[in-house]
This record gives sequence, structure tokens and C-alpha cells, in this order.
Amino acid sequence: MRPLTAQLRAELTMLGTNGETVFLTLGIPVVFLWFFSAVHVLPTGSGHPVDFLVPGILALAVMSTAMTALGIGTGFERGYGVLKRLGATPLGRPRLLTAKIIAIIAVELLQAAVLVGVGLALGWSPGGPGGAGALVGAAVGAMVLGTVAFGGVGLLLAGTLKPLVNLAVVNGLFVVLLLLGGMLIPLGKLPGWLAGVAKVLPASALADALHGALGHGTAVTTHDWVVLVVWAVAAPVAAGLAFRWE
Amino acid sequence: MSEVNVTTRRPAVVCDGVVIRYGDTVAIDHLSFEGHAGEVVALLGPNGAGKTSTVEALEGYRRVSEGSVRVLGLDPRRDHDALVPRIGVMLQKGGIYPMLGPAQVLHLFAAYYHDAEDPDSLLDLVGLSAVRRTPWRRLSGGEQQRLALALALVGKPSVLFLDEPTAGVDPEGRIVVRDIIAERRHRGICVILTTHELSEAERLADRVVIIDRGRMLADGTPSALAIGTADGSIRFSTDPGIDTAGLALTMGEGATVEEERPGSYRLRCGDGASTPAVVAALAGWLAERDLAVGDLRTGQSLEEAYLAITASRGATDPPASEPSERRHRAGRARAPRP
Repeated sequence: MRPLTAQLRAELTMLGTNGETVFLTLGIPVVFLWFFSAVHVLPTGSGHPVDFLVPGILALAVMSTAMTALGIGTGFERGYGVLKRLGATPLGRPRLLTAKIIAIIAVELLQAAVLVGVGLALGWSPGGPGGAGALVGAAVGAMVLGTVAFGGVGLLLAGTLKPLVNLAVVNGLFVVLLLLGGMLIPLGKLPGWLAGVAKVLPASALADALHGALGHGTAVTTHDWVVLVVWAVAAPVAAGLAFRWE
Repeated sequence: MSEVNVTTRRPAVVCDGVVIRYGDTVAIDHLSFEGHAGEVVALLGPNGAGKTSTVEALEGYRRVSEGSVRVLGLDPRRDHDALVPRIGVMLQKGGIYPMLGPAQVLHLFAAYYHDAEDPDSLLDLVGLSAVRRTPWRRLSGGEQQRLALALALVGKPSVLFLDEPTAGVDPEGRIVVRDIIAERRHRGICVILTTHELSEAERLADRVVIIDRGRMLADGTPSALAIGTADGSIRFSTDPGIDTAGLALTMGEGATVEEERPGSYRLRCGDGASTPAVVAALAGWLAERDLAVGDLRTGQSLEEAYLAITASRGATDPPASEPSERRHRAGRARAPRP
């Protein structure tokens, strides 16, 4: 256990002390949630904006941690030869990966607690004003699948691109998926062809699932489950096949 | 322990007919050498000679195309999990979390091993206690190298692989690194290091393996390599135009003396040996004639041996810039002093 706990502590230290990571995983989601609740510029529908925003920004938080923070961090570790050097220690890849996964989950739990807290303070009523009740189990399931899918995408890029290219691509992808993911802007506002593309991306599937489960208390659609499962299988498999440790 | 015959013990490190190809390029061409417990082996050669490829094959990073590598009797790739707890690795560059400080990284690495050195005493040993909290990326090049060395030591390895351990290290740091290597060798650790600096190889190594363009040019102790390439002649300088025939006669049967350039002489003895007696006789002969000796040399340094070896064997296929510079230097080194 000692190697794993020591590695986990190191991963959490690096996530927690890196200013960019904290800004990305907590700063941006909280600021977006507060700002777009107060300033009604987004087409969030008829209800209170915060009812639309909290589920969408929870999806954004999952993406920022599992894809962006994990992908950028791992990419730099690979670029600095850290992953190569760890290969000559008894730590082993399974424990390294386990430590990273636990660290990601810990950050996501923290994000969820903060965002739900801020959302409630801003007047969010989970499950909609009708009080149908939020489907927490479905939401957690979708977030787990989303974490695996985004983590796979992040590791695929980190394991194949040069660190600075990886940094640019991961950040670029973050912005694109933010806009196309139905997190801040409902997919219905996009042109038809773009919405069609967006529908098969993990970002929109996760956001849509969370909007349903947490926003209106409606079941997650089969389409969303299928998209999430396909990405959650395909992305880690691709990462496993393509990942270069040096 | 001294009764144990070194040759009957299993070597700690074996490279046997190793060939490494990258695509069509042959990086390592039938390389064979061994390293034993308590021995420091230096892989010496210019940049691009294949030193790092060789070490990385032993560490399990590179697949060998032909031949075999064994470390502590294990296959570095197949037996990776069994081997890594017993080796210490210092990569040529990086390999350390840039945001963590020396103390954090050493404590982290210590946790990977069942039986680890105390991280804080290791920090003292490599002289990094004062910067124990400074993130790696803000350390000087020498401090980064010393941290990498400490990380290689933390698991109490039986074999140490050090790729350019003194590159970019300031003179004081070099002494620290050399002392540590000597001390580990004394404890019976096998140390395989690479260097392109002759003085480092001469100072650190029990055995030097000279590699150039993937091929082994020589393998031996620094002094044996120097003697092995020496031709048994004595070079000296004094006034031009001395009686070379008369001197040869004095030096005994079969001796020849040649004035290579005005004032520069080469004395070859009959039996080909440069014995102290010959030197004494030469000095006596010169003293009788009241001739001042400007320079007198019997053997050669490892540097001269290295330059002679690489120049003579590597001259067939001229490569890129650095080796040609080396040949140029070799020519200079052999030229007589004015």
C-alpha cells in the first residue's frame, strides 16, 4: 500500500498546488456558475438559469478534471521523462494509473460538493421546481462514464503528442467541447448540422444526461447512455494501444 | 572475500553480442562486455556512439535485435518486475517531477522500495539539504544531476546505471559524485556509467569500454588501454643533431634511435620494453654530454590511447562533424611539441 498511498499523495499535491489546475477545475466552473446565474445572457430557457447551469457545469467540471487536468499533467510528466524514470522503479504502471484515477475522483468529489453548494446558495432546486426529485444514481453513473471517457481522451493525447502540442490541443478541445457540449448553450441553439455532430460527443451526452437527471428529474435517454458507454470503452482502449511512455 | 575468484563469480551485468537497430540504422553492432560486483565500468565514446542505447538496453527500455543482455542474471524486459527493485537508474536528462522539491521526490521514491535509504541523509550526502523544498525546475543543472543520482541510490541497488552522471555538474559537485560512486563501488555495487569525458573515465572506472558508432573499440583497465596502444618506445627532446647511432649502440642490442623532427627523438629498445633501466641509461648518456632534456615520455595517457584507438579504427567511414573533429585532435595530440 505504501507505494500507492505515497503516489496518491504526490498526485494530489501536484493537482492542489498547481495554480492553473485549481483555476481550471474550481475557478472556472464556480465563476461560470455564479456569473451566468447573475447575468442572463445565455439562452437557458424559461426557468431559473441556475437550474440549467448547475447540471451543465457539473459536466464541465468532470471534463476539466478527467480530460484537461489529467491530460496536461500526464503530458508534461511524459515530456519531462518522469514516466520513463518511473518505469525503472517498483511503482509499476497499474499503481501509477490507480493513483491518478483516485486523485481525479477526489478532485471531482470536491468540485461536485462546491458546485452543488454554490448552486443551492444561488437558488437551485434539484429535480426541477415541480419537485419530481433528482435522479442522483443516474447522474453519478453518467459522471463515472464521463470520467472514464474524458480520462481516456486526455491520456490518448498525453501519450501521443509532444507536451506543448498536447497542452494546446487539450485546451482547445476543452473550449470546443464547452461550446458544443450543451453545458452552457443548449444544443437546440446550434445549427442543425453542428448539433448533429455534438450529439455523438461525450460532452453533450454527459451534459444532457445530467440536465435530465438533476434538472428535470427525467430518465437519461438511451442515446446518451450509448454515447457515453462507447466513448468510455473506445477512448481508454485507444489510449492503452497508442500511449508511448517516452 | 578476497579468496573468491572474480572470473568464477556470475557477472552482475552481461552484454553478449548485442545488436540494436532503429529501423535500418544499426545503433549497436555486436557489443559484448561484462560488469562485476564492486566494479565501475565506464562506457566511453563521443556523442552518438551508442552509449545511451547500450545502457537503456540494460535498463530494459530498449529491445535488443540480436544477442542478449542480463542484469543480475535477469532479462531486463522479461523479468522487469523482479529486476527494478535491485537497480538504480539515472537518466541522461530529466525524469523528475518539475514541481516537486528534492525532499518530496526522495520521500516519494523511497516509498516505492521495501528497503530504502533514509531520504534525509541522502539529501545531505548529495548536498541538497539547503534546497530541499526548491522545485526541481528551479534547481541548477548540477543540483538536478545530484538529485537524479540520489534517486538512483534510494532503493539500495545492487547495480547502478548512470548516464553521464557528471555532465553539467560544477567541479565541487563532480567531487561529490565521484566520491559517492567510489563509495558504492567499495560496498560491492556494480556501477555502469557513460561518459564522453576521458578524465572522468580515467578517474572513476576500473574498466573502460570504448565505443564508437555502435562498435566496441577497446575494453580494459585505463592503464592497460594506455599501455596496450603504446608501442614500447621512449620519446624525448633535447638539442638537435645528437649522435643517434652512438646512443643506439649504448642502449644495447637491437635499439634504434630516430630523430623524428629536429630535436625530437624516438628510442626503440631491442626487447620493446621501456624499463626504468633504459630510462636511466638514456638519462646518463645525455648527462655525460651535458644535454638538457626538454621532454621525456615512456607511456601514454588514456587520452592518447583513446585518440589513437578511435583514430586508427574509426578512420574508414567518415561520419558527421564530431568524429572528424576528433581525428583532427588526434593528429594534434601526436604531433611533437615545438
